[in-house]
Amino acid sequence: MPSNITRPDQQHYVAPIEETPVVAIDAVKTEGKPSNLWIDAWNDVRKRPMFWISSALIVLVVVVALFPGLFTQVPPNNDCQLANSNGGPTDGHPLGFTKQGCDIYSRIIHGTATSLSVGIIVTTLVFVLGIVFGSFAGFYGGWLDSVLSRLGDIFFSIPYILAAVVIMSVFSQYANVWVISLAIGIFAWPATARVLRAEILRVKNSDFVMASTALGVSRFRILLRHVLPNSIAPVIVITTISLAAAIVAEATLSFLGVGLPSNIMSWGNDISAAQSDLRTAPQVLILPSIALSVTVLSFILLGEVIRDALDPKARAQR
Amino acid sequence: MTEIVNTTGVQQTAVDIGERPLLEIKGLQVGFNTQDGVIKAVDGIDITLYRGQSLAIVGESGSGKSTTAHAIIKLLPGTGHISGGQILLDGQDLTKTSEKEMEAIRGRKIGFVPQDPMSNLNPVWSIGFQVEEAIKANGIASGRKEVKKRAIEVLKQAGLQDADRRLKQFPHQFSGGMRQRVLIGMGLAADPQLLIADEPTSALDVTVQRVILDHLESLTRELGTTLLFITHDLGLAAERAEQLVVMYKGKVVESGPSAQILKDPQHPYTQRLVAAAPSLASRRIQATGSIAAAESGMKADASHVAGEEIDLIATAEARAEAVEAAASAPPAIVVEDLTKVFKIRGSGEFTAVDNVSFQIPKGTTMALVGESGSGKSTVAKMLLKLEDATSGKIVVGGKDLASTTGKELFQLRSRMQPVFQDPYGSLNPLRNIGNTISEPLSTHKYGTKATRRQRVHELLDQVSLPRTLISRYPNELSGGQRQRVAIARALALKPEIVVLDEAVSALDVLVQAQILRLLADLQSELGLTYLFITHDLAVVRVIADHVSVMQRGKIVEKATTDEVFDNPREQYTRDLLAAIPGAGIELGA
Repeated sequence: MPSNITRPDQQHYVAPIEETPVVAIDAVKTEGKPSNLWIDAWNDVRKRPMFWISSALIVLVVVVALFPGLFTQVPPNNDCQLANSNGGPTDGHPLGFTKQGCDIYSRIIHGTATSLSVGIIVTTLVFVLGIVFGSFAGFYGGWLDSVLSRLGDIFFSIPYILAAVVIMSVFSQYANVWVISLAIGIFAWPATARVLRAEILRVKNSDFVMASTALGVSRFRILLRHVLPNSIAPVIVITTISLAAAIVAEATLSFLGVGLPSNIMSWGNDISAAQSDLRTAPQVLILPSIALSVTVLSFILLGEVIRDALDPKARAQR
Repeated sequence: MTEIVNTTGVQQTAVDIGERPLLEIKGLQVGFNTQDGVIKAVDGIDITLYRGQSLAIVGESGSGKSTTAHAIIKLLPGTGHISGGQILLDGQDLTKTSEKEMEAIRGRKIGFVPQDPMSNLNPVWSIGFQVEEAIKANGIASGRKEVKKRAIEVLKQAGLQDADRRLKQFPHQFSGGMRQRVLIGMGLAADPQLLIADEPTSALDVTVQRVILDHLESLTRELGTTLLFITHDLGLAAERAEQLVVMYKGKVVESGPSAQILKDPQHPYTQRLVAAAPSLASRRIQATGSIAAAESGMKADASHVAGEEIDLIATAEARAEAVEAAASAPPAIVVEDLTKVFKIRGSGEFTAVDNVSFQIPKGTTMALVGESGSGKSTVAKMLLKLEDATSGKIVVGGKDLASTTGKELFQLRSRMQPVFQDPYGSLNPLRNIGNTISEPLSTHKYGTKATRRQRVHELLDQVSLPRTLISRYPNELSGGQRQRVAIARALALKPEIVVLDEAVSALDVLVQAQILRLLADLQSELGLTYLFITHDLAVVRVIADHVSVMQRGKIVEKATTDEVFDNPREQYTRDLLAAIPGAGIELGA
């Protein structure tokens, strides 16, 4: 069958020019507002109710931690009467009493500051250590990478909660918010460092880094100005989630009896103290647990919202 | 069918249509759902293809050409869906078939060769397993022995030597060309009536590209397969297909016999493409003997309406005039016996650049041409001192690069700037255009904040971008616009030398032509010296004064552009020249 014959319906056809107008090649669009990854992420996040719900909860937790006096006038420690042990709600004591006869509502309010400070201190520590170790290892490479990465591996090989239990039992007499935060944070950073290192390895080979090198911009400045800002997004996401994990870790340690001393108000201590009467008075254990869960959940939700916003692929699928 | 303009004046109905087309696309519409509503990627196109023919769809990225191909096999990505029209394969409307029926059609009736041979074979399974899987899925053979026998046949047909042994190998042991052969073999395994090839060779080296296309052509002719192929290269399309369909913004703007369209492009968009295709420009210059003759030839026909800034021959002409004076200038760059050896873990050493020497006279362009892995980009990196040379000498403006350090090197860097290939990677996405262009200025402490801003405005004007872009970010710009920003950044410190490392390779032809014109204009305006690194000899014909051809780390041929094109001495250069598509095309000059 001859193939190279043009059939009648394959004659030279030209579309009417009115229907297919030819526009300028590569015209620049200048309408709309400037946008980049962060601006787009903010515009995306703003539209999501989950962002506002979790942010509102976090703001509430922060306000409670800073100004407990705004929420309760009842002192959490003094004024405890054993007569009220595990008692139900009464006038002025909306959530009832603990085994020692202290006001549960007041203790939850006053315990917020402890949990939040541990969360913030640990997260700051993890963030700073993670960035320093991750960016130096990834960006400079070579022997520095080997040393820092192996160091990270050593810390990574020990579960941070186990390490914190050991540290806290050794230094139990010094236990306070700072010591417990240090004990949790010192073994929690390698995950952050690893994520950042991987991102930095990806970004540092970009052409824009090469262009800056060819300009004579110093290595450190390239790291700060070009590489780190383009690698930080996943770190921000894990940081929000690690804040929640740190609050849980403090509660865990206190529950195990190796956390904060009982004179420091904390949700973990209250949960721990309530475990013996779980059958008779479950509300004493459950109420501080709810406070803990809500706080942790709001940080995790915020982290997820941010993660979705920073990932253009996830954004396109919604 | 009513809107068809029949140029021969033959009435549609008056002709006896005795034969049914194999593929008939009528008013096809494809939409993608996005946040801003449905976007029509294909907007009412008609294509008719008869048995044994070959047809090419040509267009830029975003023209809807690949979407059309994917619509035919009903494998549209994401939210894509056919929103109207018909796709008739031998009379059967594919838009109405179920997924199950479609599975039987794919492979058996329509074969598909994807674009990227690197990602279309699963790296964890052997080649044999994957070919056999395709054979079993298409029900061509059953029983282990039969399937294996057929798999070997398929690979042999695809042009692979010792197919027996090859079956056990894995994709990473195959070169890009071999993988594409395997994919073509798989596409043809079930002897389909129609083979769709979506940019089958765009990811391959030029010489490999030619061999693969030759093979594809002879195979389809042998088997009598009808071929539909998608490409961005008008020269390639015209050379390889009898029928041509030019797509623009989801519509067919021109279609018909290839030779006729190329000789006499009617639609302004097609005229633009003809004027901007490097392969055609290069052939035209070659055919007429001189750039000036080619230019006057172009002027004579309708192509000049396409606009000066994308007419490649006009670009070549303008450049040639400007450079004549500079021909005897002293060299801006002298490279002598340059060698770079990389140490490879476990397997010793690899010489990426082997005793390379060249000089580039001030104010001229030298093209360093070679295929992937030839060492051309390593030369660029050593010249920019992003990479240290193992041995040899690079002298820039009278200074030996190896012994230049510290403050002197810092100053030398301002005289020599790069533009890289990937428009998406060469700008920091988190810094706005103003900051990006002024980084060289602030790094080298140029003037005050006000004068720096002044200079950024000047640079934006020079690369024809609006000044309002200053506060915008790279993700809002197209590839060509990003490349302009990269050029502005490179020019900020008024360098003498610009190293263009595949700077136009990733761009669509029209944008590429525009940037080439910009580069030529900037050169004559500012007296720049270019080192132009590329794999595309067709572009070289338009932009370069001197050519050095690299192969496996060595320069195999070095001459003026005219000499290289008119009288190539090395076989490798001849292969490269022959690989420029469009050799057999008659040009309407």
